[in-house]
Amino acid sequence: MSDFWRRFRRNRGAVVGLVVLVLVIAVAALAPVLYPGSPWDMATAPFVPPGEEGMLLGSDSLGRDVAAGIAHGARISLMVGAVSTVAALLIGVTLGAVAGYLGGVADDAVMRFTEFFQTIPSFVFAILLVAIFTPTIGSVVFAIAVVSWPPVARVVRAEFLSLRSREFVQAAEVLGKSRIAIVVTDILPNALSPIVVLSSLMVASAILLESALSFLGLGDPNLMTWGFLIGSGRSVIRLAWWMSVFPGLAIFVTVLALNLVGEGLSDALNPRLARQRGGAA
Amino acid sequence: MNLSRRGLMAAAAAAPVLMRASEAMAQGVAPRRGGTLQMMLTPEPPVLQIGVNQQGPTLAAAPKMFQGLLSFSSTLEPLPLLAKSWTISPDGKEYVFRLQENVKWHDGQPFTAEDVVFSITKFHMELAPRARAIFQLIETCAATDPHTVRIVLKQPFQPFLLMFDATAAAIVPKHLFDGRDYRTAPAVQRPVGTGPFRFVEWQRGNFIRMDRFDDYWKPGQPYLDSIIYRIIPDSQSRRLALESGQVLLSQASDIEPFDIPALRQRPNLEVNTAGWEYFSPLSWMEINHRVAPLNDPRVRRAMSMAIDRNFIVNRLWFGVGKPATNPVASTTRFHDANAKIAAFNVRAANELLDAAGFARNAQGVRFTVKHIPLPYGEIWTRLSEYLRQAMRNVGIALELESTDAGSWARRVGNWEYETTINFVYQFGDPTLGVERTYVSTNIQRVTFTNTGGYANPQVDALFQQARNAAVAAERQRAFSEVQKILVEEVPQIWLMELAFPTIHDKKVRNVITTGLGVHTSFDDVFLAG
Repeated sequence: MSDFWRRFRRNRGAVVGLVVLVLVIAVAALAPVLYPGSPWDMATAPFVPPGEEGMLLGSDSLGRDVAAGIAHGARISLMVGAVSTVAALLIGVTLGAVAGYLGGVADDAVMRFTEFFQTIPSFVFAILLVAIFTPTIGSVVFAIAVVSWPPVARVVRAEFLSLRSREFVQAAEVLGKSRIAIVVTDILPNALSPIVVLSSLMVASAILLESALSFLGLGDPNLMTWGFLIGSGRSVIRLAWWMSVFPGLAIFVTVLALNLVGEGLSDALNPRLARQRGGAA
Repeated sequence: MNLSRRGLMAAAAAAPVLMRASEAMAQGVAPRRGGTLQMMLTPEPPVLQIGVNQQGPTLAAAPKMFQGLLSFSSTLEPLPLLAKSWTISPDGKEYVFRLQENVKWHDGQPFTAEDVVFSITKFHMELAPRARAIFQLIETCAATDPHTVRIVLKQPFQPFLLMFDATAAAIVPKHLFDGRDYRTAPAVQRPVGTGPFRFVEWQRGNFIRMDRFDDYWKPGQPYLDSIIYRIIPDSQSRRLALESGQVLLSQASDIEPFDIPALRQRPNLEVNTAGWEYFSPLSWMEINHRVAPLNDPRVRRAMSMAIDRNFIVNRLWFGVGKPATNPVASTTRFHDANAKIAAFNVRAANELLDAAGFARNAQGVRFTVKHIPLPYGEIWTRLSEYLRQAMRNVGIALELESTDAGSWARRVGNWEYETTINFVYQFGDPTLGVERTYVSTNIQRVTFTNTGGYANPQVDALFQQARNAAVAAERQRAFSEVQKILVEEVPQIWLMELAFPTIHDKKVRNVITTGLGVHTSFDDVFLAG
């Protein structure tokens, strides 16, 4: 563990990313304390510029506090990112493991199925799903999960293909372990590092996807999200720039942090790769 | 200069119009011939043949080419147009219109009473549902001479004249439509009317051009050489076009409400919200009376009291429009200013709900109601977000459901909603535009009928009485009575008398002179030097 941490620390960007991410999580966790009440409450006059009348980041077209919106929106954005990633991992890992471990017809069938999903532009597909199931937080998470699992399945399948012919797997087979036990206790732990790296990036793209959906008015109308804030501020950007700029920055910083952390994780989990990259630079 | 042309008959009714013109004269601005007026049309209409299409953009552009028998002042008094005078028999059943002579169609054919009879009894009867509903009251409609039309009704119908504006029943050329399929006749693509401007060119997605009709029946008019409607799909581009002077006039929903404060600041522009009196759109929070506890008048009254309508008008619509006071817009005839909904009072609303037995739970919620925002653009979403907060203040949880325009119309039409937002045109008279929302005989699975399912025999009887009465005073009594009942029962929670700004360069004169605003012929509009 300390080894892992040492390698992670060597990537300065990753450390910065981690600090920022912790801050964002802290804001999300403390939102009800920092801004008690609903972020939809009209706290002051509409279009108050940042810093005036106690509005740190200004107020929006109904006099709602933009800062409260960002803080409460962080909860939703992070939650959507995390939950949809977990869901996508469940689908992707299961299918990838089946395809990679069994091979043959099962592999072909699963991979054709995966390719079918990969050929549909993911954002268009997500819009379609949300529109069909009416925009609620559940349908948004579902749509994001459905469009994000194929890369996971492919990565997991590749890992499983290379791992299943290793000696330790053969040994386990000879020992008479069941297939499921081999997959779960022998192969999966060894395939974990690319999955961890991938999932940190997936959280970032899920946040972007959710924001894009909300921006288009396809978010849950009862939940405050960053994309909603930008979408509602877009049309009045000449009147109140702060309504779209600050939530935009929040998305930018969070997604950047997640990407930096992902890179750090990649370095820490693949020491050989990291050293090569270090040498090349 | 306008006096002689307009005819003395209308002098009293046309007073506001004449005042505008004389004001212009007083400022030393005599009407000037020449110039092109560039405007915008949003969204682009499918055709410009009024009757074949009755949507907003067509209703705004087509009256430049087509005219009705009458037009209406801002107080909805009839003004002569193609009819230079008219008489109504004392029993209210016989209408005789004397038509202008020397009127020509754009193709040079003379305009006669036959065109009027054809337009009323055939063209609009077949094409326009709204006209059909009224024109089926006609027993006979005949040309007694080439310039006189006599209409006899089966029963008196006092708002009958309101149906003769160009937007309701434009007069179309019989010789180009009779015997053809009205929807596919060649004239639909190249409209031919009697108006001051004739159709010249339409580049789809780009512009529509109309030029001055030299044989127009008002001598010396129109003043403009041509009118060009630009098609600009993006709202910010439209604002820029207006700011940069590329177009000189914006109308209807060309400009978003939130852009209006900035445009008001510009010294060369004038923002005018008049000119919608004939339509008088009224918005409300639509209630489905089949859903408990929304069928309880105390609940609806409390919800109504929880809403700050001034906030909606000033903060959401930036002061364009007025708070609603009752089901009849203040610009519609027979509005009773004494019948008023209860004022904004959160405490009284809470007390009313407490007294009605709707206790708050641990979260402070009395009950939950679903709500579909009107999917007509952002401002309507903001309105629903405001309503959710307003309802929260009285312990009602309003849960928003997003939907698209098609689904909205389907769900409202099928009564599959709890609450939503709606607005309808009133067409100048409660019988034409208000009655349909409240009488139980009009509970239909069709949008813009009594979809809420409100039923009150007393209200039904009063609307019926007002519909059949031949005398205005008698109708006023019935309408006043019904307004008093409705503001107590609050069958729909009225929010706002909507207004659409007409924003134009100050050198464009005589833009809004009637209750139809930009939906008129523009034959007296001119560009000051």
